[in-house]
Amino acid sequence: MLSKLKSFWRVLRRLSGDDAYERYLQHHAEHHQADTPLSKEIFFRQWQDEKWNGVKRCC
Amino acid sequence: MNKLLKNTIWVLIIVIGAAAVGGIALNRGESINTLWFITAALCIYAIAYRFYAAWIAATVLAIDETRATPAERLDNGRDFVPTNKWIVFGHHFAAIAGPGPLVGPTLAAQFGYLPGTLWILFGAVLGGCVQDMVTLFLSTRRDAKSLGQMARDELGALGGTAALIGTFAIMIILIAVLGLVVVNAMKHSPWATATVSATIPIAMIVGLYMRSFRPGQVLEASALGVVLLLLSVMGGGWIDHNPTLRVWFDHEGLTLAWWVMAYGFAAAILPVWLLLAPRDYLSTYVKLGTITLLAVAIVMLQPTVKMPALTQFIDGTGPIFGGKLFPFVFITIACGAISGFHALIASGTTPKLLSNERDIRMIGYGGMLLESFVAIMAMMAATVLDPGVFFAINSPAGVVGKEAVDAVAKISSWGFPVTVDQMQLLANQMGEATLFARTGGAPSLAVGMASIFGSAFGESMLALWYHFAIMFEAIFILTTLDAGTRVGRFMLQDMLGNIWPKMAETSWTPSVVLTSALVVAGWGYFLYIGVIDPNGGVNILWPLFGIANQMLAAIALCVATCILIKSGKLKYAWVSGLPLTWLVTITSTAAWEKIASDNIRIGFFSAANDLADKLAAGVLPPEKAAVAPQLIFNLHLDGWLTMFFVALLWLIVFDMLRVCSRYLAGKPVLPLAESPHIPSRLVEDWVRD
Repeated sequence: MLSKLKSFWRVLRRLSGDDAYERYLQHHAEHHQADTPLSKEIFFRQWQDEKWNGVKRCC
Repeated sequence: MNKLLKNTIWVLIIVIGAAAVGGIALNRGESINTLWFITAALCIYAIAYRFYAAWIAATVLAIDETRATPAERLDNGRDFVPTNKWIVFGHHFAAIAGPGPLVGPTLAAQFGYLPGTLWILFGAVLGGCVQDMVTLFLSTRRDAKSLGQMARDELGALGGTAALIGTFAIMIILIAVLGLVVVNAMKHSPWATATVSATIPIAMIVGLYMRSFRPGQVLEASALGVVLLLLSVMGGGWIDHNPTLRVWFDHEGLTLAWWVMAYGFAAAILPVWLLLAPRDYLSTYVKLGTITLLAVAIVMLQPTVKMPALTQFIDGTGPIFGGKLFPFVFITIACGAISGFHALIASGTTPKLLSNERDIRMIGYGGMLLESFVAIMAMMAATVLDPGVFFAINSPAGVVGKEAVDAVAKISSWGFPVTVDQMQLLANQMGEATLFARTGGAPSLAVGMASIFGSAFGESMLALWYHFAIMFEAIFILTTLDAGTRVGRFMLQDMLGNIWPKMAETSWTPSVVLTSALVVAGWGYFLYIGVIDPNGGVNILWPLFGIANQMLAAIALCVATCILIKSGKLKYAWVSGLPLTWLVTITSTAAWEKIASDNIRIGFFSAANDLADKLAAGVLPPEKAAVAPQLIFNLHLDGWLTMFFVALLWLIVFDMLRVCSRYLAGKPVLPLAESPHIPSRLVEDWVRD
């Protein structure tokens, strides 16, 4: 039961973008170790602006 | 043994599904239970998904699990990210499911429950789902390119330009008609107006919270927003009961229309984080939550459908919109059966997340099946109402008369008995002053939802449920309005940039203000006319929207058919060619009728001529004579616009046929733009936790 709740929480965080920064850090650690990652605030700004560039919603 | 069991189960599903569809189609009794609809829908979806979609994926598209997707190859940790298929499904569904599948079926219920239901079911499994899945596949094979780019690459410059113009046109009409739906829901309803207005500061609070107060804490901020939204529904009721405050929110349609335009303009120039993004979070949660709640309530309650299978209005005399069953039911219900707009999401956005090609069936085909199911639920919410009540809410005053007594007499004379007392009681229960002539579909859907929720979860809160339903519709209509205005602005900046490059700079303020104002003026004009039109505006705007949306679907299917043929799969080209032929048929027929019909309720030009004659003869009442010149101009404009849409459609169809026949004759054509095959290196279960 607890594990189900946990995985639901994971899905919810993933869907909403709540964990976007953590995923970015992970990606950064794997691919671009040389430079320092962006701060959470800066990353979130860029992420949000990028997300809304283009047709994102339908009728 | 195992195989035998599986086969038996599928035979059983087929038999039950056939029985349910037969039951719905052949029932001519007094009423039919909604359980029949749910059974028919689920069986048809299951069969189509298991057999047709699987066959298309394996044989027609030849999905290759070992091929790396753009998300894997171009993974940048941001927009290109290989993602678990359920997450992608959630994103995709949240993006495609807007207010369209709720409004269209409600309006089409004037023909009875049968035509709309059958079109939603079969249109989706043979048309809409195929379009979404094939477009998703093609874009995945082309580095997540957009529909417009694919049209340009595969068909040529003409196809690309047509797709671009088509997208822009549909955006303008779509926003206008959705704006009209919101305005009609708020007209002289202080409760609805207060609640809908409150969603704007709430979105801003949420936006500030996740931008500055606690950056990136999306869920915290959204939870706060949802609580505030629920409070705003109750707060609206409190304002409605307060004699001084309620007048602030009690407005004519036209005033509200100006506010909606001002809002759209502000949303297009304000930064996304302040209004657009947070509003989208809220609308997504409210949308998914309410749709789930509605499904639970319908399954729990199993209400009875009171609308007959077919009404006399299939002859074209319907009060909500004029026109016969064929082709107008297919134009009225676009979203939920086949929606061209989905091709814009299925190309460009969703493919950037897809971790493996094998997920294409579930996300493309399955996502659209779920939207189709939402449309079925909207159809049920409309048809569980007493038909008399349904027509009283949805018939414009221009058709049934302004006075309640006239309206009920007229509607009862059609064979759908309703009384003034009954409507007044209903309005009191819902906390509204009146429910007569509340066109646009939103109020009748809200009444239907409130009565379903009320019966399932408690009658005492009907007014709260009604305004919750209005808030639910308004919040994502406004999200589409924001997002659409903004996208329209980007497209316009892009187009103007071809003439004067500086215009394309998305951060150059004069260009931003000018293009935003132009886009708002574009849809604002149609919204304005829709509001001043005594026949309710929906009668004109919704068919235009349907034609535009089906035209976009036809463009997507043209691209798909062309690519199938160019890939040497001529014998499978019917998979997209068949829905394409059907769309071209219904769109052209509907457009022809809208242009050439002598019936003033259908033909734009005949309506304009009729109005001009009446104006010249001086037989119009003064308030109608005052707006007649504008209405006449608008009718002409709508007629020309329809011609433009249908010309664009045929242009792209001929362009597709030209490319295909050249290919088949062995002449040179643009090469397939498919990106090369790179084997996937994602280990099984890597992202599929």
